[in-house]
Amino acid sequence: MGDLFVLAISCIFINNILLAQFLGNCPFLGTSKKMETAIGMAMAVIFVLVMAGLITWIVDIYLLKALNVEYLRTVSFILVIASLVQFVEMFLKKSIPGLYAGLGIFLPLITTNCAVMGVCLINIKEDYTFLQTAVSSFAYAVGFGLALILFAGVRERIDIARVPKCLQDTSIGLVTAGIIALTFMSFKGMV
Amino acid sequence: MIPALLFMLGIGAVCGIVLSLSSKVFYVYEDPRISQVENNLAGANCGGCGYAGCSAAADAIVSGKEMPSLCVINSKEGTQAVAKIMGINAGSAESPMSYNMCEGGLRADNKYHYMGISSCKAMSLVFGGKRVCGVGCIGLGDCVKACQFNAVHLGSNGYPVVDDDQCVGCGACQKACPKEIIEVKTLSEKLMKFNQVNDPLAPCAQTCPAEINIPRYINQLREGKYKEAVQTIRMRNPLPLACGRVCPHPCEDQCRRGVEDEPVSINQLKRFVADYEMNTGSRIPITCAPDTGKKIAVIGGGPAGLSCAFFLRRIGHQVNIFEAMPKLGGMLRYGIPEYRLPKKVLEWDIQGILDLGIKAFTHLNFGVDFGLGSLMASGYEAVFLGVGAWEDYSLGIDGEDLNGCFTGINFLQRISSGEKIKLGRTAAVVGGGNTAVDCARTLLRLGLDKVYIVYRRTRKEMPANEVEIVASEEEGIHFVFLAAPTRVVGDADKKCTQLEYLQMQLGEPDASGRRRPEPIEGSETLLDVDMVISAIGQSPDASFKKHDPHARMTQLELTRWNTIDNDPAILQSSIPYIFTGGDAATGPALVVDAIGSGRRAARSIDCFLKGEPVEPVKDSLQEKRIEESIFTSVDGVKQIQRAKMPELHVNQRLNSMVEVDLVLPKDSAHKEAERCLNCCRICYNPDSDFPISK
Ligand SMILES: Cc1cc2nc3c(=O)[nH]c(=O)nc-3n(C[C@H](O)[C@H](O)[C@H](O)COP(=O)(O)OP(=O)(O)OC[C@H]3O[C@@H](n4cnc5c(N)ncnc54)[C@H](O)[C@@H]3O)c2cc1C
Ligand code: SF4
Repeated sequence: MGDLFVLAISCIFINNILLAQFLGNCPFLGTSKKMETAIGMAMAVIFVLVMAGLITWIVDIYLLKALNVEYLRTVSFILVIASLVQFVEMFLKKSIPGLYAGLGIFLPLITTNCAVMGVCLINIKEDYTFLQTAVSSFAYAVGFGLALILFAGVRERIDIARVPKCLQDTSIGLVTAGIIALTFMSFKGMV
Repeated sequence: MIPALLFMLGIGAVCGIVLSLSSKVFYVYEDPRISQVENNLAGANCGGCGYAGCSAAADAIVSGKEMPSLCVINSKEGTQAVAKIMGINAGSAESPMSYNMCEGGLRADNKYHYMGISSCKAMSLVFGGKRVCGVGCIGLGDCVKACQFNAVHLGSNGYPVVDDDQCVGCGACQKACPKEIIEVKTLSEKLMKFNQVNDPLAPCAQTCPAEINIPRYINQLREGKYKEAVQTIRMRNPLPLACGRVCPHPCEDQCRRGVEDEPVSINQLKRFVADYEMNTGSRIPITCAPDTGKKIAVIGGGPAGLSCAFFLRRIGHQVNIFEAMPKLGGMLRYGIPEYRLPKKVLEWDIQGILDLGIKAFTHLNFGVDFGLGSLMASGYEAVFLGVGAWEDYSLGIDGEDLNGCFTGINFLQRISSGEKIKLGRTAAVVGGGNTAVDCARTLLRLGLDKVYIVYRRTRKEMPANEVEIVASEEEGIHFVFLAAPTRVVGDADKKCTQLEYLQMQLGEPDASGRRRPEPIEGSETLLDVDMVISAIGQSPDASFKKHDPHARMTQLELTRWNTIDNDPAILQSSIPYIFTGGDAATGPALVVDAIGSGRRAARSIDCFLKGEPVEPVKDSLQEKRIEESIFTSVDGVKQIQRAKMPELHVNQRLNSMVEVDLVLPKDSAHKEAERCLNCCRICYNPDSDFPISK
C-alpha cells in the first residue's frame, strides 16, 4: 500500500509527465489559454489515460509478450489507443450523454496525444503490475491535469501583463513552462 | 516479417470490428445535417463563435439556435452552403461588425495616476479604471491587441477606431474589452439598439425621442462628412428632411451648452445635412439586412408607420403599408401646411423609404376596405397600427354646425388635398396647439383679412411650437387669450357671423401644473367673424374596431381617450400580433415621438416573429435622464452667438405657400457645429480658446 502511495506521489510530482518528462506539450500549450478548457482537458485525460494504461498493459502481456512480437509495441499501441478513444466517445454519447457533453470535444484531441502513449510505454518499461499500472496511469494523468491547470492560471495572468511583442503568447508560454518545470525539479529529493 | 504483418492485421481487424459493431450498438440518431453543416464550417475549431469547436457550432445551427452565419471566419461560399442545407435563404448571413460606443477617450478627468501595466483589463481592476467616467473607454487598447485582423486602432482622441473593411466581426475585441464599449453587432442589432442606462450618451442624445446619436452627426458635419452624418441620422430617423423642418427639438432644451450659453441649434444642423443630400439629387445608399422572408402589414402611412416599415425593412423583413388617404405621409402631408414642410421635400423622404422595397397601397381604409381577417389570410405575421389621431374634438357649443364652421384637422386636410373651400374674410381659430396655429397661418395665406386665435389660457401655456407662435405674431395674427367660446352666432342664412366667448382668469394650478382658467361671470364678449375653426385637440379614429367583422377585433382594447391600449415599453396591444405607436397610441404628440415608437415597435415585432418573448429593452433609458450627465454649470464655455435661422421676410410670405424657414448656409452650419461641445456622459470639449484643465 505504502509503495503504491510513493508511486503515485512520484508520478504526480517528481516525474510529472508534462514538466519533468516533457510529453504532451501540444495540448499543454493549446488548451491552457482558458481555465475552463484546461479543466475540461484535465478531466478527459484522467478518464482516457486510466483506460488506455490498463488496456495496453493487457495487450502487452497477453498478446505482444505471448506472441513474442514486442518490437511492434509502439505501432500496435497507437492503433489500440485510437480505437479505444473512438469507442469511448461512442459509448459515452449513447450511455452517459451528460459526461459526453462535458468531455466530448476533448476526446478526439487525446487520440493522438503523446502523453497517453508515453505513460503506456513507461508502464511497460517499468514492469508494473496491473494494480501498479492502474495507479501510475491515474497519477500521471492527475499530474498532467495539475500542471495544465496551474499553467492556465499563470497564462490568464500573463494575458494582462506587459510582455514585449517578440515574446508574446506561445513564446512567453514556453518560457514560463520552463520556469515552472524548474520549480518542479525541487520535488526531486522528496522520495 | 510475416508474423508481424499477420499480427498487425489481426489487431487492426479486431479494432475495426469492435468499432463497427459498437457504432451499431451505440448508435445515437444524429441529424445528418449536423455533419453536412460541419463540413461547410471553417473547421478551425477556433471557438470564435462561442461554441466549443465546429461540431458544437454545427449542432447549434441545426437545432435552430443560431443562424448559418454563426461561424465568424467562414467564407461567403461556406456560409451560403450552410444556409442551403438549412433551407434558409443564403442571404441570412449577416456579418457582424465591431462598433465603438464611447467617443470620450482621453477627455475624461483622471481619478488617480496609473503606472501599472498597459492593459485595460488590468487597469479596470483598480477602481474600474483611472477615468472619472465609470462607463467610458479606458484607452489602453486591449481591443487593438485582441484583433487578429488589424481592424482596430487607437485614434488620435484615444479611443478605438474600427476599420469596417478589415473587420470580420469575430468578436475578439468585444471579449477583450473590460467595459461595454466596443461591441460587435450586426446591422440589425445596431438598428435595434435602444438607449440604456449605462450607455455613453450626451444629454441631447438621451433626450431625443428617436434616440439619434446627435454629437456623432454634428462631429461628422464639422469634418465635412455630410454623407456619414446623414447615415448616422438614418440609423434612427428615416425622415431627416421632415424632422429637420418641423421638429420642436426637445434635445436642444437639454443641450449642455445651453447651461451657460444658447443651446446648439441641433435641428438646423440636421436639416443642413439632410438638405445637402436632397440638393445633390443623388441618394445616399441605405443598407438593409438580408431577407428573412417574414411579412408584416403596417397600417397608416404617417411618421410612425413609415418609421416602423423603414426599420423592419432594414432588418430584413418584408413590409407593406396600407394607407387610407391617396398619399403617404399622414399629418406631415395633410396636417402640417406646405409653407412649413413643402410636399416636394416630404416626397423625397418618403420615396427614399419606399425605395428600400416597401410597397404602399393607398386608398385603403382599414376596417372598411380590408380587415384583420384578410391580412391574416394573406400571410402577414404581424400588424403595426399607426393610424394617428385624426378625429377633431368638437367644441360642444351652440351654432357649431353653422356655415363657415370647420374643425382643424378636417380643414387642413381638405386644403392640403387641394379642395376649394368657400372662405370668409375674418376667422377665429379656437385652440392653442400646432393645429390651431397652422390653421391660422394657413388662413392668412389664403387671403383672409383678419385671423384671431382664441385660447382659454395665456401665451405662456400655448402648447404649439415656440417658433410657430413667434412666426404667427410676426405675420400679424391676433391673439385673444383667456377666452372660452360659448356660442357661434349665425344669421338667417345659417351663416356664421359672430363668436361669443366668456373671459377667463387664471386660478389654482391643476394636475398638469398649469393654472386652471376660470370663467368670469357675465363677461360674454362678441367677436365679428365669418369663419370659426375649432382646433382644440384630436383623438384617434378607432371606428375600424366596429367596422372590421373579424371576431378577434373585439379583443383590441382602447383607453378612455380612444387611443389603442398598449404596453409602452414594448408597444404590443392586447392582441399579441398587433403592435401600435405614434399618435394612435399616445394621443397627439410629435413627429419624433412617432418615429421613435415606430422603431421600438419594429424591435418588438422582430422579437415576436423570431418566436422570442417580447420583453422591454434591458435597463432601457426611455424618457429618463442620466443624472450624472445633467450639469448645473459648465466650465470652459463662453458666449458664442447661435446661428440664426434664415427665413423669408414677412412681406414675401403671406401671399403664397412657399416655405418660410430656410436652410443654414454652409459657413454658418460649420460655425454652429463648432459650438457643439461634443459631449458624452460627463466629458466634453471646452471651447477652443479655453485651456483644457485636464
Ligand atoms: C396641424 C399639425 C401640426 C403639427 N406640427 C407638428 C410640428 O411642428 N412638429 C412635430 O413634431 N409634430 C407636429 N405635429 C404632430 C405630428 O404631426 C404627429 O404627432 C405625427 O404625425 C403622428 O404620426 P403618426 O404616424 O402617429 O400619425 P399620423 O401622422 O396621423 O398618420 C396616421 C396615418 O394613418 C392613416 N390612417 C388612419 N386611419 C386609417 C385606417 N383606418 N386605415 C388606413 N390608414 C389609416 C392616416 O391617413 C394617416 O396617413 C402636428 C400635428 C398637426 C395636426
Ligand atoms: S453641446 Fe453638442 S453634444 Fe453637448 S448637449 Fe449640446 S448638442 Fe449635444
